[in-house]
Formats: sequence, C-alpha cells, structure tokens
Amino acid sequence: MAIAEQHIAEAQTTQGAEKEFSWREWLATVDHKKIGIIYILSAFAFFVLGGIEAVLMRIQLGVPDNTFLSADIYNQLFTMHATTMVFLVVMPLNVGIGNYVVPLMVGARDMAFPRLNALSIWLFIGGGLLLYLSFLTGGAPNQGWFAYAPLTQTQYTPGQAVDYWILGLGLTGVASIAGALNFIVTVLNMRAPGMTLNRMPLFVWMNMVVSFIIIFAFPTFTVASIQLLFDRQFGAAFFNPAQGGDAVLWQHLFWFFGHPEVYILILPVMGMVSEILPTFSRKPIFGYAFVAYSGVAIGFLGFIVWAHHMFGVGLGPVANAFFAGATMLIAIPTGVKIFNWIATMWGGDVRLTTAMYYAIGFIAMFIIGGITGITLASPPIDLQQTDSYYVVAHFHYVLFGGSILGLFGGAYYWFPKMTGRMMDEGIGKVQFWLTLISFNLTFFPMHIVGTEGMPRRIYTYEAGMGWEIWNLIETIGTFLLAFAVLLFIYNVAKSLRNGEPASNDPWDASTLEWAIPSPPPSYNFLNLPVVNSRRPLWDAKYPHAAGDDHHGAPSKPSQVRYEYTTEDSPGAKDIHMPSLTFMPMILSGGLTIASLGFIYINQAILGLPTRVASYVFIAIGIAMVFYAIRGWVVDSRRDSPYLGHH
Amino acid sequence: MSSTAGHAHHDEAHQKPLVGSMGVDSRKLGLWAFIGSETLFFATLIVTHLIFYARTSNVLESAGVIEYLDPRLGYLAIELTTVLATLLLASSLTMVLALAASKARDWKKFRFWQMATILLGASFVGGQVYEFVHLYHEGLKLAPSFEMHLSHEAYQALSAMNLDPSIVTLKEAGEHATAVVPSLFGVTFFVMTGFHGLHVTIGIIWLLAVYIKVMRFPDSPENPMDIELGGLYWHFVDLVWVAIFTLIYLI
Repeated sequence: MAIAEQHIAEAQTTQGAEKEFSWREWLATVDHKKIGIIYILSAFAFFVLGGIEAVLMRIQLGVPDNTFLSADIYNQLFTMHATTMVFLVVMPLNVGIGNYVVPLMVGARDMAFPRLNALSIWLFIGGGLLLYLSFLTGGAPNQGWFAYAPLTQTQYTPGQAVDYWILGLGLTGVASIAGALNFIVTVLNMRAPGMTLNRMPLFVWMNMVVSFIIIFAFPTFTVASIQLLFDRQFGAAFFNPAQGGDAVLWQHLFWFFGHPEVYILILPVMGMVSEILPTFSRKPIFGYAFVAYSGVAIGFLGFIVWAHHMFGVGLGPVANAFFAGATMLIAIPTGVKIFNWIATMWGGDVRLTTAMYYAIGFIAMFIIGGITGITLASPPIDLQQTDSYYVVAHFHYVLFGGSILGLFGGAYYWFPKMTGRMMDEGIGKVQFWLTLISFNLTFFPMHIVGTEGMPRRIYTYEAGMGWEIWNLIETIGTFLLAFAVLLFIYNVAKSLRNGEPASNDPWDASTLEWAIPSPPPSYNFLNLPVVNSRRPLWDAKYPHAAGDDHHGAPSKPSQVRYEYTTEDSPGAKDIHMPSLTFMPMILSGGLTIASLGFIYINQAILGLPTRVASYVFIAIGIAMVFYAIRGWVVDSRRDSPYLGHH
Repeated sequence: MSSTAGHAHHDEAHQKPLVGSMGVDSRKLGLWAFIGSETLFFATLIVTHLIFYARTSNVLESAGVIEYLDPRLGYLAIELTTVLATLLLASSLTMVLALAASKARDWKKFRFWQMATILLGASFVGGQVYEFVHLYHEGLKLAPSFEMHLSHEAYQALSAMNLDPSIVTLKEAGEHATAVVPSLFGVTFFVMTGFHGLHVTIGIIWLLAVYIKVMRFPDSPENPMDIELGGLYWHFVDLVWVAIFTLIYLI
C-alpha cells in the first residue's frame, strides 16, 4: 500500500513537471485521449449553446400570448436546438468519451488510425461552426431538424440557412463515418491478447454496434441531403412535388437514417451505464451476453422501424402494421437490458457514488421514455399524439433522461481517469438531485399538455386553453435545469483545481483503463496486458476469485494496487507514437471553407459578382485540401516503421 | 499477468505488415467497412433513380406513348455503355494482374498492369463525359423534365393523340420536332452516374498515387498491401457500375 502510494505520488510529480500547456500539442495531436477531450469540450460548448436556445424558447412559452420572440426566431431556435443536441452534443459526447476510453478498455496504445481520428474531430468542429455561422449571415435554419420537404425548397425557405444546415451536417457526417470506421477497426483489430469479443467491456461492445449503425445509416442521409442541395442550387426538384419530385421520399430517406440515429445516441450511454452499475455494485454485470447481444438486436431492428415516424403520412394499414409491430419488438431487447441492470444491483454491495446515482436515474427516466415510446408505436395512438407535446415529452425522456443523465454518470465515473483528480461528490449529489427534479418539472407536464392537444413547434398559444400552469412549471424547471448545468461546470472547474488526487483505480473497477495512471501516459500501456476474463483487473486484484466466471469483488475495496505500467520504466522510451501533425486540421479547414463557398454558388456576395467570391472560397478550400493530403502523406511516411528511417 | 507482448509486437512490426486481433491488416478491415458504407450510398442513389423512372414510365405507359418517349430507350445508348462497361471490367482484370505481379515482386509487370488499369479507368471517365455531353445535346439535362427529339412518324402519331400537357408537350420548330416530358429521369440519372464517375476518378488518383509510391520505394514491405487496398476500392467501383449497368441500361 505504502509503496503503491509512493508510486502514484511520484507519477504525479513527474506529470506535474511535464504538464506545461502547449497549443501545438493539442491542435496537432493524434493522441486519442487528447482528441477525446477536445470532442468532449467542444460538444459541451455546443451543449451550452443548445441549452441557451432551449431557455429562450421556454421564456417565450412561459406565459400565453408572449411576444418575447418572433415566430421566425422561434423557428430558428427549435431547429438549431434539436440539430445541435442531436449532432453536436450527444453524438460527439459519446464519441469523445468513447475516444478516450475504448482504446484503454481494449488495451491498445491508440485508435487504429490516429490521424484519421484527428481529421474527425476537426471536421466535426468545422461542421458545427459552419452551422452556427448561419446566425450571423442572415438567420439560422428554421425548417426543423427533420427538414421536411417541400418546406426546404428555395421558394419556401429562401436565403442560405438550409444550405448551411446541409453542408454543416455533411461535414459532421463525414466526421462520424470516419470516426465509426476507426472505432470498428480499433475494437476488432486492436484488442489486447486474450480479449475475445465476448470478453470485451460492454461499453466497447456498444461503441462497436453504434459504429456499424453509423456506417450504414449515414450514407442515406448524406445522399438525401446532397439531393436536397441539388434541388436548391441546381433546380433538380428531387423533393419538390410541384415539379414531379416526391416530398414523402425525403421522409423515407431521412428517417431511414433518423431512426437508427436515436440508437446512435442512446446505445453508447447504455454501455456506460453497463460499466458503472457493476463497478459500484461490486458484482459482474448480470447476463453479460444478453446485454451485449440485445444491443446488437436493437441495432438491427433500428433499421426496419423508420416509418413509425411517418404514421401521419397515411402509408396504409399493411405498412403501418409492419412498422408498428417491428417497433414494439424493440421493447424486448430494451427490456432485457433494463432487467439485467436491475439484477446487477440486486444483492450487490451497492456504493452510491454520484456516477451510480446518475446510472440509476438513467434507468428510471429511460423506462418512462421507453413506455411512452411503446404507446407511440401504435398507429391509432400515434395519430392522436403526433406533432403534440406528448412526443416532445417522450423523446426528452429518452434523450435527456436517458442519454444526458447517463453521460453525466460517465463524466463523474471517468473524470478521475481523464484528469487525475476526483470530482466533488457532495456537489455532485446535489447536482444530481437538482437535475433529476428540474428535468421532471420541465418535461413531465409536456405529457399532460400534449394529451390536452398542445401542438409542437408553436411559438405562442392563447390564454384559456388550460395549458398556462403547466407551461409555467416547464419554464421554471428549465431555469433550474440550466442552474444544474452551471453547477456541473462549477464542480468541474473546482475539482480540476483542488480535487483530491485520483489514484489509478479510485473505484476499484474491473476494466483495463483503471490499470494505468490517471491520467494515462501518452502510450497508455507500457506492456500490452494479457486478458483472461471479462474482468481483467479484478482477476489481478483478487486472484483467489479469478477463474470463476461469475466472481464479483470482495465487499471491501482492494488494498492491493495492481499496475500494468509504471511511469519510470526505461521501456517507455522505445515506444514510438505517431508524431504531431497539423494536416488533419488543415484538411478539414479546407473542406469547411470550400463548403462555405459552395453555399453561395448562386449568390453575389462580398460586393463581387455572382460566383466570383464563391469560386475563390472553393479554390482556397481545395488548395488547402491538396496541401494537407500531401503533407499527410509526408507525415505518415515519417512514422512508418518501414520508411521512417530512410 | 503482465507480459512482454508489447515489445514483441513492436519488434515484429519491423518485419511484417501490421496484423491485429482479427488477423487482418487494419487498413484492409477499415476499407471493407467503408465499402459497406458506400454500398448504402449507391443503393440510395440507384433506388431513387429507379423510383422516378418507374413513375415516368407508368405515366407514359398509361397514356399509351411509352413506345415513343421511354427515356431509357430514347437516350441511353447501349452500344456506348457496353464499351464502357467492358473497359471497366477489363480494368478489374488488369488490377488483379498488377497485384499478382507485385506479390511476385515483378515491378516491371506491375508498372505495366497498374498503368493499364489507370488508362482503362481514364477512358471510362472520358467515355462518360462524352455520354453526358451527348445526352445534354439530346435534351436530357439536370432538370425536372426532358426534351426528346422526335422522328417525323413519332411526331405525327403523338400529335394525333391530343395529349394532356402534364404528361407531354409537343414542340415543332421547322424540321425538328421535340416532346417535353416532365420527369426526374435526367436529374436522378446524372446525380447517380455522376457520383459513380466521381468515385472512379478518385480511384484513378488513388491508383496513380500507389503507382508513384511503389516506384519511389520499391523495397517497402507495405507495397503489396498498398496495391491491394487501391485494388479493393477499384473493384468496388467497378461492381457498382455492374449494378448500374444491369439495372438501368440492360433491364
């Protein structure tokens, strides 16, 4: 014990000496841990922006007949709120934590393609900034995050807002596909010796499933939005019924992507919860295989349910029956997961840390959102409630009550690993209760006003509909929720400064990321670990229980600190990690600039005739892309084990 | 518990291509996954085209004018595209030969077959550009209607039918008669085949980059895998053309 503590103290002093902040080391990084943190920070910045949009909307709806916002601004806000939260917050937060944790969990030194990983983060940031630039150039997109045709045709949405939306999301889409390919190869091909697929941590499993969903779901959205861009820029009329196009085709293509997208948002969080619950119950997950393969089943079923978003279209009884049935089937694997989580806690030696609070809160809130989801799967019920606040309540219970609560849990759980400091548990628990209560104040009344007939996306409503009190409660809840987010930011800032130093393994957990220092060295593992079970670290700490595939951890936390790696080992010098490179950032900057030019391809801007400014932007962007590709090749040759020495 | 696997792995890396826990090169695994993704990209484009072609042909058929105005029969020249398909399929064969030559470390042969692949691919793209220009002059454009030239007999037959202008409008200017048909055939055709052509072009650049790299570093043990990856992508874009050729030109 004493020796172990000394090790940790030494590790921290050496890290303290190394830790001189350098912009270059972050902007040119290819380290999955730094990239993960950039993902998390930028997504959190977008979370604050999306939250501000939500608060503005709730101020407007707090009282009837309010004139705080105009209808158009309100449309921009609900479009940007949803687009932000889906594409720029929950997805990248999942990717960010996954980026940090997955390579550690599988015992790898980095992602399979570190430079591609850097490209993903800068493309994501480029796409997000491009989308938000629209606020400064004539107004943000106001067509809704689903961008239904023919509202998106130029005669109904003139200006460039929809084009910003298409190209901004196009860039983040490329980032997502590149990231998903990286996760697939990392998980399949970079696992430590002995880590078979059925020994992978469940968070790794869910990231793999989600990566497959991304590579198969995103292309449909990419094509649909390219077709929409052709409609808007070149008069193609894919989705313009007045000229022979098909508005419902857009809905099919969008939701063929859009429904799998909601599993992209929730499955990684289910993976986080599947890590947190066993650690703090001091028991292995109950029904590991069921939890893993029910995630696979959800991934498959997610591709055959898209038209339940379209019952209002009137697709006919056969289509409605099929999509209703398939949707209800998803309740089975989801229920399997929920029962397994509960059974994991059952009989466990439960430690109620903040992360555990959030994991349990996740289960409770997700069940509510799941149940309203099952009712909405029934076409007759859906036809009553579609486009009402009931639907808004439903998806906020799964996306906030589910994803965001789980993500807070993941943040409290992995913060010590990422920063080397513990988060303040006292503030954390206050923050949890404040979040949970204000979340329910904000969103539970939406079930009620929804069933009373309050439509979604209205910017105001008349007095006397019986909705006033509920809307006021929702608005108060939103302010409290915003305060809860501020409290989280305060907790992070405070804990970063004076949080208790974190050991390698503060939670006495079972997965490999806790075997190495907090924060880990750039190469992660000095010696690649060998894995003999699903709980390699518990095997190491409790060898008497190893070999029994159902063993848990003794109820008292381990006094033995097992370490796979030490900081001062001479072997560390022989590990070659890929060098810093700015090329991924320049490449994504080029694509962002070219996209910006493309938005104005039919416009006269910056005092120049039509197309001139646009072509200049596109030319600069493409020049940057070619420069970066060339530089990329040069940089990667420098790191090649075959050519680097020549 | 701990082992020296890390060191062993690292040393091996200097001798043989990087193979991971699946027993496959990481880049190859990633490329296969990317090809899976691209399959859905092209499936969406092809399905969109087929939907709108089916609509146009249904309308023309129920109006009884499909024999004069079917855009597939009227525009798509099967002779030209058969030649193009042959070029592209031949390029898949030469790609296989280039890879085989690289595995035998016969760089002279590799150079020949890789360059043959690049040239066949380039002539395919050239043929496609020619086809696009030709179709544009024939009245098939990136627009929600096409304007088809009519033979004298066709014009006579159609003008006797007194057709609804929402289905077809006849125009006569001197010697030349045309029929304007509202249809997304052109839009969906150009976007689909255009994106395929773009992929072929990227493939050509890729194969050219591999060619230059292998010439500059003939001793690199990575060469066969670099060539195989370029080839894998190349075979995929060929296969997409087989699907487009069969579904749009042949059937």
